[in-house]
Amino acid sequence: MELSKEQMQEIIARRVAQELHDGDVVTLGIGLPTKAVKYLPQGINIIIQSENGVLGVGGYQDDTTRDCHITNAGGFGVTLKAGGCFLDSLASFSMMRGGHIDITVLGALQVDAEGNLANWCIPGKYTPGMGGAMDLVVGTKRLIIAMEHTAKGAPKILQKCTLPLTAVHKVNRIITEKAVFDVAVDGLVLREISPYSSLEDIRNSTATDFVVDIK
Amino acid sequence: MAKLITPAEAVAFFKNNQTIMIGGFLNCGSPELVIDELLKTDLSGFTLIANDTGEAATNRGKLVCAGKIKKAIVSHIGTNPETVRLYNEKKIEIDLQPQGSLAERVRAGGAGLGGILTPVGVGTEVAQNKKIITVEGKDYLLEMPLKAEVALVYATYADRFGNLAFHGSTRNFNALMPPAAEVVIAEVEHISDEPLNPDHIAVPGIYVDYLIDGGCNGTL
Repeated sequence: MELSKEQMQEIIARRVAQELHDGDVVTLGIGLPTKAVKYLPQGINIIIQSENGVLGVGGYQDDTTRDCHITNAGGFGVTLKAGGCFLDSLASFSMMRGGHIDITVLGALQVDAEGNLANWCIPGKYTPGMGGAMDLVVGTKRLIIAMEHTAKGAPKILQKCTLPLTAVHKVNRIITEKAVFDVAVDGLVLREISPYSSLEDIRNSTATDFVVDIK
Repeated sequence: MAKLITPAEAVAFFKNNQTIMIGGFLNCGSPELVIDELLKTDLSGFTLIANDTGEAATNRGKLVCAGKIKKAIVSHIGTNPETVRLYNEKKIEIDLQPQGSLAERVRAGGAGLGGILTPVGVGTEVAQNKKIITVEGKDYLLEMPLKAEVALVYATYADRFGNLAFHGSTRNFNALMPPAAEVVIAEVEHISDEPLNPDHIAVPGIYVDYLIDGGCNGTL
């Protein structure tokens, strides 16, 4: 069946939510990864860090909580959860680089069988810059890539990334609307097949070999 | 004591081809008043050190759009389509930096360090032309200090001693840049005649030369 973009994003976000544990310190990329918060199981409270200097991001602001001086890294007004605090950019990145973030969920342009990640530059076409992504992926205890399986039909999971890398050998898990892969020492391991996909579909849309080990 | 000046008076500290630091993260905690004055002048050729080049119609982004920035040392340009266009047309030099490395380089500039060692960027394009130093078997990039002739920062609170304090997520690079620049100008929302509570001061006044009343326009 053909999934709409919204359906794909919801499937991915729901699956990402299952990766987050109560009390985890988490950083979430702008866009799809941030949507996972909506699907957190009851009783699971996480501490969200935003690179611009917020530890304990709550929800988006409304008319009663409006404060232009509290934003997330996307520039949107957010609230601060009880127990949260603000950081300058040095402290924020010390937290990331120093290994104090439990789980990071980011999108990607490409990810490969060696756990390499490319998400900041398409040479000559699109170069937004890496922002905090490089620091973040180097220091996090666990890196999950949450992305649509293909881009306009072209595989994004490759034998080797062709775009400029964000980091080398850092990805632990890849979650798409079709599958969940783990990155092992010698390549990808398929762990889950989405109800909306099949092994054949995954093989056809993944540009690298993988081992199938579904529990 | 920090001297209270107007945005127009602040222009006197800027010269063509200077290296300048400007605080802020997108629109949050981003000084704007002096930038609006700079736009009225012929000054140009600046090397800008900042987190990002903002948006086309706000703060640092306006300097880019006016063609006043020769080179930008920043972590992100994607929110300002004009920076991206000028970059693709090779009309502006962009030196993209991992954000945490950029912050540490600014710190090193103000802290008397010869550089910092970071694992960030090893094995990527960021490592090009940089020295790799191996410590206990692990590779690190040597990132060099950054300094500026002028730093323009935002603060929520200041006293007449130039001490600065911040509300919310406005600290970002505003709290790091003052030690790294020769002349420091702070645009402040609330300037107090009474000394700030010493427990709350994020930037000691000895780093701050000039205060401007009015500060951030506070738009999201």
